[in-house]
Amino acid sequence: MLNIYLGRFEGKSRKVAQAALVYLLLLGLGFLFAMPLVWLLSTSLKSNEQVGMWPPVWIPYPFVWQNFFVAWTSGNFGLYFFNTTLITVLATVGQLLTASMAAFGFARLRFPGREFLFAVLLATLMLPFVVTMIPTFILFKYLGWLNSFKPLIVPSYFGGGAFFIFLLRQFFKTLPTEMFEQATIDGASNYRIYFQILLPLSKPALSTVAIFGFMQHWNDFLGPLIYLSSPEKFTLALGLRQFIQRTEVRYQEMMAMALLMTLPVLLVFFFFQQYFIRGVVMTGIKG
Amino acid sequence: MSQESISISDGGATESLKSRPRSVWASPLRRREAFDGIVFIMPWFLGLIIFILGPFAAGFYYSLTEYDSLLPPQWLGLQNYQRILVGDDRFWVAVYNTVWYVMAAVAPQVILGLLLAILLNQKARGITVFRTVFFMPSIVPIVASVSLFIFILHDRFGLLNETLYQVFGIVGPNWLTSPDWSKPSLVLWSLWGIGGGMIIYLAGLQGIPETLYEAAAIDGAGALRSFWKITVPMISPTILFVLIMGIIGSFQIFTPVFLLGGTNYGQAASGPMDSLLFWVVFIYNQGFFYFRMGYASALAWLLFLLLVILTLIQFRLAGRWVYYEDEATNR
Repeated sequence: MLNIYLGRFEGKSRKVAQAALVYLLLLGLGFLFAMPLVWLLSTSLKSNEQVGMWPPVWIPYPFVWQNFFVAWTSGNFGLYFFNTTLITVLATVGQLLTASMAAFGFARLRFPGREFLFAVLLATLMLPFVVTMIPTFILFKYLGWLNSFKPLIVPSYFGGGAFFIFLLRQFFKTLPTEMFEQATIDGASNYRIYFQILLPLSKPALSTVAIFGFMQHWNDFLGPLIYLSSPEKFTLALGLRQFIQRTEVRYQEMMAMALLMTLPVLLVFFFFQQYFIRGVVMTGIKG
Repeated sequence: MSQESISISDGGATESLKSRPRSVWASPLRRREAFDGIVFIMPWFLGLIIFILGPFAAGFYYSLTEYDSLLPPQWLGLQNYQRILVGDDRFWVAVYNTVWYVMAAVAPQVILGLLLAILLNQKARGITVFRTVFFMPSIVPIVASVSLFIFILHDRFGLLNETLYQVFGIVGPNWLTSPDWSKPSLVLWSLWGIGGGMIIYLAGLQGIPETLYEAAAIDGAGALRSFWKITVPMISPTILFVLIMGIIGSFQIFTPVFLLGGTNYGQAASGPMDSLLFWVVFIYNQGFFYFRMGYASALAWLLFLLLVILTLIQFRLAGRWVYYEDEATNR
């Protein structure tokens, strides 16, 4: 599509010009997209004087590592980090377990009403969260679960989300049927097939679900906002919000904590990029 | 269905299974399979009842009552809806703000996202590095990225206004404290996360066979023509998907609006002069700040109904512009 601007060039010079234009756009836009994260990193290591300086200081000298320490202790971030990790791990485990169970049922086992229930599952994908938000809150209030981690963890053990079930079911359907038949003939129960054949074969798809589950719970703001009220129960998202609410903000400390919250997500992204992209792509295929 | 083959493949032993009536309960094997299937989907099914269908129905009931979550709900009939639609000016402020944002944010998501994907689909050295650069912002936790933008958009010493002033001599606006600029700030923030949609498009683009473009080139089609005649039709299901999900998501945007709106103003966040009073923020304030659960439920149900109507309209219109390569196998 870029060729259109290059009509007057011919052959090789046209190719060179096209490549140059592509790189120009990539570099220009790439700078704009990369800049905020670089600014986040750079500010988190600045001294107070360097924060508002012009021309902007991109590489602080010296690195003020103390920002992290001061910010960390100012808001009990050790505890927030622990709480967030606990919720994320427990909820993601639940999602992996129950979503893969449901997906196995939908992909491999025939039972009455299966197609109908699967259609219901797909319909819930489109259900806006606001329409269940308030009654769910009232349910947890009734159960006496407010200001505990339970509302943020327990629902994950009930199917783990329609999208993940859909994603896993699509993957399970690609596995060769003969393998399951053979196992059945050899007398393996469906439970054994699930644990000893299906799960080990599905590591890539399960990794995708694990990564998305991790992101979902790690980044969640609305859930903790509604359900957690005492500061010792706070997650990182709520801890970081306290910085936003302060009247006197020390931005280098706010950036330090924002970076700490972002770092695990970026690390997971870099180490598991292929699973990550696969999951995003799956969201597009279902249309 | 592929599972049908379970009963063949070992000759005589299972032959009898095939000849029996097709009822699920006909053979012990099928009975066990059906039983196991129900066991495996049971956690999801219970969750569906407890956390989705139950609350869904309860929400509608609450929307017809006055309910502070302490005393039992008081029946009101349609009064909440009536009060919202004709008696509450702030509801219409919230609708205006939300629709403003949806229009300003979804169009770039759909159009710029596609153009960006086309750019990143070029065969150029180091292209994967660029893909990473554009995609990364979309995975940054929202609270972190909003913190970052609050700093970058600071009136006096934010990077944006500093650059505008020092480089271009322009005195930048009060991004976050002016009612005119708070929504554009939000759009700016959403543009940074455009890479999420871009990746979906990129996958779609890579599914278009190269031969189509080659054939078009041989027939003398220019780049613009192949874009409109090949790229757009082939990727139209993805465009529809990004559009529908973008609209559903943007109508429900909460976290960044709530965080930006609560920066300097009271506890019930709504931004400078209610300029960041969005639909879901309004629901949150009514429900969790004023404990008007019935009123908030009615607001949520109105949003739900609107989204259902909008989605149905889009599916209806989709028949005119979305091209499915293989209607028969497309599920």
